[in-house]
Amino acid sequence: MALNSMVGNARDHGLGRNRGIWATLHLDPTLLLLLLVLMVGGLFVLYSGADRNLEMVKAQVIRFGVAFVVMIVFAQLDPAVFRRWSPWLYAAGLVGLVAVLVVGVGAKGAQRWLALPGLPRFQPSELMKLVVPMMAAWYLSRYYLPPTFSRVMAGLVIVLLPMFLIVRQPDLGTSLLVGMAGIFVVFFAGISWKLIAAFAAMVSVSAPLMWFFVMREYQKQRVLTLLDPQSDPLGAGWNIIQSKTAIGSGGIDGKGWLQGTQSHLEFLPESHTDFIVAVLAEEFGFIGVALLLALYFMIILRCLYIAVTAQDSFGRLLAGALTMTFFIYIFVNIGMVSGLLPVVGVPLPLISYGGTSSVTLMAAFGVLMSIHTHRRMITA
Amino acid sequence: MAWGELKDTAAERRLFQRRAMVTLVFVTLMLAGLLARMYQLQVVEHDIYTTLSDKNRVQVQSVPPPRGLVYDRNNELLAENRPVFSLTIVPERSGDMEQTLARLGQILEISEEDLERFEKRRREPRRPFQAIPLSYDLNEAEIARMAVHRHEFPGVEVEAELVRYYPHSELTAHALGYVGRINREELQRIDPVNYAGTNYIGKSGIERFYESVLHGQVGYQNVETNARGRILRVLERVNPTPGEDLQLHLDLRLQRRAHELLEGRRGAIVAIEPSTGGILALASVPGFDANLFVTGISVKDYRELSSSIDKPLFNRALRGQYPPASTVKPMLAVAALDSGVTTRERKIWDPGFFQLREGGRRYRDWKRSGHGWVDLIDSVAQSCDVYFYEVAVEMGVDTMVRYLSAFGFGEDATLDVSGALSGLLPSRDWKRGARNEPWYPGDSVNMGIGQGFLLATPLQLATATALIANRGEWVEPRLLKDIPGDRSLAEFLPEQTHQPLELKNPDDWEYVVDTMEAVMHSPRGTARRAAKGANYRIAGKSGTAQVFGLGQDEEYDAEQIRERLRDHALFVGFAPSDNPKIAVAIIVENGGGGSGTAAPVARSLFDAWLEEFNVEQQATEITRAEPERGGN
Repeated sequence: MALNSMVGNARDHGLGRNRGIWATLHLDPTLLLLLLVLMVGGLFVLYSGADRNLEMVKAQVIRFGVAFVVMIVFAQLDPAVFRRWSPWLYAAGLVGLVAVLVVGVGAKGAQRWLALPGLPRFQPSELMKLVVPMMAAWYLSRYYLPPTFSRVMAGLVIVLLPMFLIVRQPDLGTSLLVGMAGIFVVFFAGISWKLIAAFAAMVSVSAPLMWFFVMREYQKQRVLTLLDPQSDPLGAGWNIIQSKTAIGSGGIDGKGWLQGTQSHLEFLPESHTDFIVAVLAEEFGFIGVALLLALYFMIILRCLYIAVTAQDSFGRLLAGALTMTFFIYIFVNIGMVSGLLPVVGVPLPLISYGGTSSVTLMAAFGVLMSIHTHRRMITA
Repeated sequence: MAWGELKDTAAERRLFQRRAMVTLVFVTLMLAGLLARMYQLQVVEHDIYTTLSDKNRVQVQSVPPPRGLVYDRNNELLAENRPVFSLTIVPERSGDMEQTLARLGQILEISEEDLERFEKRRREPRRPFQAIPLSYDLNEAEIARMAVHRHEFPGVEVEAELVRYYPHSELTAHALGYVGRINREELQRIDPVNYAGTNYIGKSGIERFYESVLHGQVGYQNVETNARGRILRVLERVNPTPGEDLQLHLDLRLQRRAHELLEGRRGAIVAIEPSTGGILALASVPGFDANLFVTGISVKDYRELSSSIDKPLFNRALRGQYPPASTVKPMLAVAALDSGVTTRERKIWDPGFFQLREGGRRYRDWKRSGHGWVDLIDSVAQSCDVYFYEVAVEMGVDTMVRYLSAFGFGEDATLDVSGALSGLLPSRDWKRGARNEPWYPGDSVNMGIGQGFLLATPLQLATATALIANRGEWVEPRLLKDIPGDRSLAEFLPEQTHQPLELKNPDDWEYVVDTMEAVMHSPRGTARRAAKGANYRIAGKSGTAQVFGLGQDEEYDAEQIRERLRDHALFVGFAPSDNPKIAVAIIVENGGGGSGTAAPVARSLFDAWLEEFNVEQQATEITRAEPERGGN
């Protein structure tokens, strides 16, 4: 397998002597190194994007610390644990999502948080980014792969149910991520290309229906704005115009760290959260963006390698889906900031300011490490 | 459950590997797509976005020049600039205006008037992102409250600007004029570049006449702003050239004295330094507070001022057109002598009236019993009307007009006094045009004593008087004395246009001055009481202008006529008569007799100018000199 020779074998042999230690720790050194490089680099961009607010960088470091602990904890758990708990977690997640719709708290017209007495408030939808692919992987890996048509349908119901609940909050970005994670499980399970084509056709038909019956006014506005940002240059189009200006004015080698005028002069909104890649692009130019994409690509490669070398179908499906979730984060965020996609609230993984997504993502990497390091001494 | 036991694990693994390969290709393509998008933005379209980014960040702002200050001849500040804090709104940034105004109303007191004016200005054409002032002259408490709530109001700023302030406003309003907000008409007229940052323009007086000098040249700065338009950094600055300061001939002390002398009355005083033409005092009483007009006068204040029966806004000195009455007699004496109509020796019999022909209408002398035999000097000193009736008819209107226009009647002869009116010098042509009537000899009779159609402003009377004081040497009246700094006065002051009034016998000037001295100093001079005890010789002439005509046989009783219908008291004169330092024209509306009411006013001014202020001046010079000596 080409993938094996590209990343896997070389690493495994090169780090052969240390493999024992890392296996005991249930961590993957390659992935760990790549994540650390990403996060440390991200902190520099954040410092600039937050307009030299050191407090914000410190807060982010603390969150990263928490996220690392979560990752390490998840890595210690055997994949069998995830598998066993999948249905219960899924059920709890659904209850949580319904609860959010009924008693949830939130801001800006969206209810996303659940504040249970005695617990820190949390977003059930965030949890679902991990649980939905787990549940789908649990369900589909119980049977022969590729799944039959009816099981594909059942799998899709597992995915669409929470997705629907999250859209109602409304939180298009998260529902997209949750849905994609589940759908990738179905894809990796081996659903036939014919069926994929049929679904694609269905989606393109149902898109107009979504437009009229599901999407809220502000979501439609975002799509319209994407198509013509100049139609409302000081309103909804502002973000896109300003971020494109930030990116474009960065040029090949950028304006230099902390020298970005768009972000430092407050023209660029959300410059430390969702739009942080514009700061990077403005200050480090095309070279910086290419390096970032290369880093992300290497992480994805490593994760796919982990998925391919996983011992059982559950591990493979889950690892593959989580990898793709990570990829969707990247693609949607950068696509949005560069004006290719409508503005949806998806942060740039491990760089944008904010704790929730970092913890979720690191938990996902923990699961991947768990799958990679908990090997039963049998050969397939 | 037994996971995978019944499954073909190898087949499933191969299936997954195929799917992973597809995924890898997909991911690679998508990331390559993102990279291509970035390449498009950052490399291909880089120039476009660089331009956009610079435009975002760098704004050119105009820096208004500080307006030139105005000083009096003793360097007393008459017009200065004071920082005033106003609340402005940029509608493009403020969002919902209704809501912004409503919320601002909870923090500050915004008057109905402010709102009205704001709404009006909002509808007017303006530059995009230009701030519109909402309320002016915020006090410190209001500024502090705005500072606290500033973040809640995007596009709302407290702006400091230099605003004209007249420290002696009531005294100088009519002499200086004032500035006010640029209105729509003026907006069409002004250079939009030079006035880019200027909100005020001279509306009247000196402020208007020397607008271009006082305004200065606009500067600009390239500033880096944030998205809210707040200035973060000045990148480049070209300083404005401040407006030139002006020093006027005006003497604040004399101006104040003039106001004091007219206190409680309506009237005007113009004092001119004959040798320079410099206007020493230009008072119109009552005055008004010009500061009210600078940032925009409230409707209530304006109504109060404009509806007052005393007409405080009316500049009597420049625009009050009165019959000069007997004050025109010295000028007509010059005309009569020079035109050969009369001689120094000629005497006429004054029976108390004049008739153009036997049995015709009787033109009465003010002295009903008549002055008897009088020559020219007696006629001026005692203000004999009949003598002037007679010479007026003999001269005819054309000759009188020729000489009177040489004295500056019927024109604005000033160099830099904005808004001065021309009065009325009636002529045959004028009467034909205005009344469609020929010029009757009776019109000449009336003109001989400065009544009838002839009208003159106090400034014109002072100008004509100064011409006599100068013995025919024309020095046009002017306010501007000097422009401190290296620019020469000639650059700004218009050129003189008047030729000297040369008499066939230049000694006639001295003779006419003698007649005017006789008014003040001879035993029968009409204004002799006003000159009593003077240490210098005064040349003067009083006048009493009828406010409404009296029929030939009507009895004149000042007491019975309502105050507003009483005669205007006038006086013109200069002193010292042989070496004039000051020439004045005074009118006291409804003041009654000129010699009784106006002449004493002139005497006070002469005393002040020739003695009192001189002593003060010497005293200050001495005290100034002493510390220096002590220091050494």
